Amino acid sequence: MSNLKDSVSRTVLVALVLCVVCSVIVSAAAVMLRDKQQANAINEKKMNILAAAGIEVIDGNLDAAFATITPKLVDMRTGLFSSAEDVATYDMRKAAKDPSRARALTGEQDIASIRKQSLYSTVYLVEGDQGIERIILPIHGYGLWSTLYGFIALESDLNTVSGLGFYEHAETPGLGGEVDNAKWKALWPGKKVYADGSYEPVIGLIKGKAPAGDMHKVDGLAGATLTSNGVTNLVKFWLGKNGFSPFLAKLKVGEA
Amino acid sequence: MSNTREILLGPIFTNNPIALQILGVCSALAVTSSLNVTIVMCIALTVVTAFSNFFIALIRNHVPGSIRIIVQMIIIASLVIVVDQVLKAYAYEVSKQLSVFVGLIITNCIVMGRAEAFAMQNPPIPSFFDGIGNGLGYSIVLLFVATVRELTGSGSLFGFEILPLVTNGGWYYSNGLMLLPPSAFFVIGGFIWLLRNAKVDQVEAAEYKLASHTK
Repeated sequence: MSNLKDSVSRTVLVALVLCVVCSVIVSAAAVMLRDKQQANAINEKKMNILAAAGIEVIDGNLDAAFATITPKLVDMRTGLFSSAEDVATYDMRKAAKDPSRARALTGEQDIASIRKQSLYSTVYLVEGDQGIERIILPIHGYGLWSTLYGFIALESDLNTVSGLGFYEHAETPGLGGEVDNAKWKALWPGKKVYADGSYEPVIGLIKGKAPAGDMHKVDGLAGATLTSNGVTNLVKFWLGKNGFSPFLAKLKVGEA
Repeated sequence: MSNTREILLGPIFTNNPIALQILGVCSALAVTSSLNVTIVMCIALTVVTAFSNFFIALIRNHVPGSIRIIVQMIIIASLVIVVDQVLKAYAYEVSKQLSVFVGLIITNCIVMGRAEAFAMQNPPIPSFFDGIGNGLGYSIVLLFVATVRELTGSGSLFGFEILPLVTNGGWYYSNGLMLLPPSAFFVIGGFIWLLRNAKVDQVEAAEYKLASHTK
């Protein structure tokens, strides 16, 4: 019996049958659950956008809350709206990895340490009766250990921050990880990105507490100087001349 | 019946896979900074251990000796992928935090250890209970570690604030070290010490004796 069990043909047979059975089970699970998983990923992105914009989700009804938001594609070279790619399926992170759809940044330009920037960015417009009420811009850049991905939302004056949030990072818990702290995030709304009449961002974090009434500075994260610097750099980059400032300038005068 | 009881409950304190056999410590370090994540990890590991034991025991008489470890790995890996897919579909938030650690259940020493040590020699039903029991033994250590770490590191349990943090206007200065993986070593060490104080028979004989310092 044991001889029979250990024969070569028997070994191959057992391996074959087992592999077929297991692969059928695994593929079945993957196929049956795929829709639900994709829906989760899309919902999560929507949640992040809504959280950055400070829009409340009523009764968990994401689609209703998202109804006022229109995604649009911006060409980072010209600062104009574009329809060169399909906005529904466009993925900035994938595009940034593709040399034909991204541009390399020189060391001087690249203050957020992202190296490559996709040519197009997806921005989200929150529209009301009076036109654009808010605009949500994607931001990312390097902190201490990781790239932080998030959104910053601006009011209709395209200068006042209405919210900021990161949805992906791996900074030190309790120190740099405090970028997720609701109290710290609540410091952002009301701050101004640009000084009047300029499109050079002056917003940023400073060490310790920002002076009361300061329009441009936010409290630094205690014990997390490098993460704080990273956040300042990435905000300055994305709202600066290689980021969204040309677009915001054009949008302001209605030329975007 | 008492046999089943022993198989099921034995691994919790008397033959704990982490505290006595020192298996599966890796994930105990990684996923214990918050209780929510830990509980999902415990359930996932218990399910995988139970079912891998069950299926391996079911076919144990047909598995050629030369490929038995590979056969065990295939069964464990398939179960882990299924669990990972289910988590991604029904517990998306937690599965994102667990990230690679669900996948790493495949290499968790407890799962393979029980498959090789128990399921290859025993019928499916006792093997299934052995898997549950060892999963519970793993869970109790992880839950202990996670309770200590989350309470001292974030001042909360299951995300609910217990000790109000200074950063939120309270009085408790959170201990950042407790949120980093090395702290789990200390907490597991403390758990083993407590356990061996209560169950003296688990204390191992000393491997060597220190020579006296002076004559």
